[in-house]
Amino acid sequence: MSLHNIAVVYRKELTEAVRDRRTLISTIVVPLLLFPVMSVGFASVASMLVGRAKEESPKVMILGGGDSPAVVTDLKKIEKIDIVPAADNWKDQVINKEVRAVVDIPQGFESDVARQKEETVKIYIYGGELKSSLAADKIEKHLNEYRDTVVKERLAAKNLPVGVLKPFDVKQQNVAPPEKVGGAAIGGLIGYMVILLCMTGAMYPAMDLTAGEKERGTMETILSSPISRTDLVLGKFSLVLNASLATAALSVTSMGVSFWVADHFHAFDFGDPSDANTLQLKIGLGAALSVFLMAIPIAVLFSAALFTIALFAKTYKEAQSYLTPMTFLIIIPAVAAMLPGIDLTPKLALIPILNVSLLCKELVASTYHWNFIAIIFASTCVYAAAALFIAIKMFQRESVLFRS
Amino acid sequence: MIEARGLCKSFQDKKRGLIRAVDNVSFTCRPGQIYGLLGANGAGKTTTLRMLATILEPTDGTAILCGHDVIDEPEKVRANVGFLSTATALYPRLTAQEMVEYFGRLNGLDETTLKKRIDEIFNRLDMNSFRDRRCDKLSTGMKQKTSIARTLVHDPPVMIFDEPTLGLDIMTARTITAFIRECRDHGKTVIFSTHIMSEVEKLCDTIGIIQSGKLLTEGTLAELRANHAEQDLEEIFVKVVAPHYLSEGAN
Repeated sequence: MSLHNIAVVYRKELTEAVRDRRTLISTIVVPLLLFPVMSVGFASVASMLVGRAKEESPKVMILGGGDSPAVVTDLKKIEKIDIVPAADNWKDQVINKEVRAVVDIPQGFESDVARQKEETVKIYIYGGELKSSLAADKIEKHLNEYRDTVVKERLAAKNLPVGVLKPFDVKQQNVAPPEKVGGAAIGGLIGYMVILLCMTGAMYPAMDLTAGEKERGTMETILSSPISRTDLVLGKFSLVLNASLATAALSVTSMGVSFWVADHFHAFDFGDPSDANTLQLKIGLGAALSVFLMAIPIAVLFSAALFTIALFAKTYKEAQSYLTPMTFLIIIPAVAAMLPGIDLTPKLALIPILNVSLLCKELVASTYHWNFIAIIFASTCVYAAAALFIAIKMFQRESVLFRS
Repeated sequence: MIEARGLCKSFQDKKRGLIRAVDNVSFTCRPGQIYGLLGANGAGKTTTLRMLATILEPTDGTAILCGHDVIDEPEKVRANVGFLSTATALYPRLTAQEMVEYFGRLNGLDETTLKKRIDEIFNRLDMNSFRDRRCDKLSTGMKQKTSIARTLVHDPPVMIFDEPTLGLDIMTARTITAFIRECRDHGKTVIFSTHIMSEVEKLCDTIGIIQSGKLLTEGTLAELRANHAEQDLEEIFVKVVAPHYLSEGAN
């Protein structure tokens, strides 16, 4: 093995890579654009849409209530809803989104309430439709207030304090610092994105340097030079790894920058940070750096694995058809880490890809379980070394290099 | 100097089973001489030459080039060999000069020697006008010159040409044949394979006829004419190869 030779091969492959548009797009352009577009763009568009939906006055229909004028008048007082006249085709109107919600007040509602008979007010909605449920929420909230007044009145009539019905209060309060809340919410997504980009960054150079070389007829040329095949494969591998890491580094940087920008312009301030249900999207520099460090062995693993698989192909196209299914193989464990409730265990820490993805989730939340970090780093290094070893072995095989 | 000693190469083919692409081939090529390997398509020429260039490893037998064994010291063998075939393409995204430089560095030339060597070759082959042009933008003739420069950059004593004129137009092919002669005149050991009779007649000092992986006959043109009682090389070739060709067809 000669470092000089590996460097010569690496330098030449780098020259070729920066002159290849496909490689440049997948290594540099995609990671630089993907995060700002995905994170900030998506988040701000989503909050804008939710905001607009909240601003809109939904059309609400009241069925019945002829004998309950007080309730109807009360409903009409709700801000930002339009009461429309009752119609027989109310169901169709809900389905066609002409009316967002329909309140069905049972016959004799007010008198039943007065007689303390149990009654149910139904709100018909379009399930899963945001604007419909927002309208229903408004009405429900209002009716609940009405119910509370009735309860209070009844208690007062019997000279009982309000505390009889409500001996204690329950309230959720967030104590985790904002970056941990954000980490738990989006940590899985970030690990997934970094892993996926490590792979896409390695993919095009891996194909170009193996199958591409066969397709262009330069494989025989390079094999006729005195360089050893091990040096050749290591030089090529270095470039693939470099591309993968560049993609990871760029994606982590652009992720950090886009979150910083978003934070700076308060794009993610959805509410009070002490409220447990408030979504916080903040990640620290330390978290971004540790995600990148964990990306290194996984980049080695991907580079070596993709390189080996692409080496079997005779053409660029063939290599693509081998590597596309690989994407799914990698996405599944990466996505699994995003499922709620999956946390690191010693066994999961040995499953490649899934372990790094789970760890990223913790790292983004600034949680450092050093024993897991050690296991995952070590096991990924072992897998990576094995993949690289196989790549070198495959490059020595004539049946792979000259497959016909 | 090239000495092939009982070279064999078999491949495992899914449909046809074990194939003996090269079967016990031995010959010697001397410095300042051109050895021509003549054979039909699939006769085993390319496999033989690839084994000499250590791109493929022999299943059995060996070859010695400039005192180095192809099995034990493949890297030293390659350092002494310039290998050119129509299959040895150029890197499309490198310029002509970068291409030659790359192979100079792979051959361990230091930067000063490399620069001197490149200037010398580029002047000699009249390549200065397209030195900085990318290989994918070169004409066929320019590409051939760049390939020649690539094989010459480390000044190897042995030159191996595998069907170097295949698919080339007359003018480009002539550049190649002129280059082969020049190599011989510079005292290099030259071996080249072809199925074109006229090239062999014009260039070769020794001719070997190969079919079904076996070297059937060998000698100077005069010796072949005497041994096979024919004047025309094509007639000699057919006479030598036909029995094997038929038996192969029967199988």
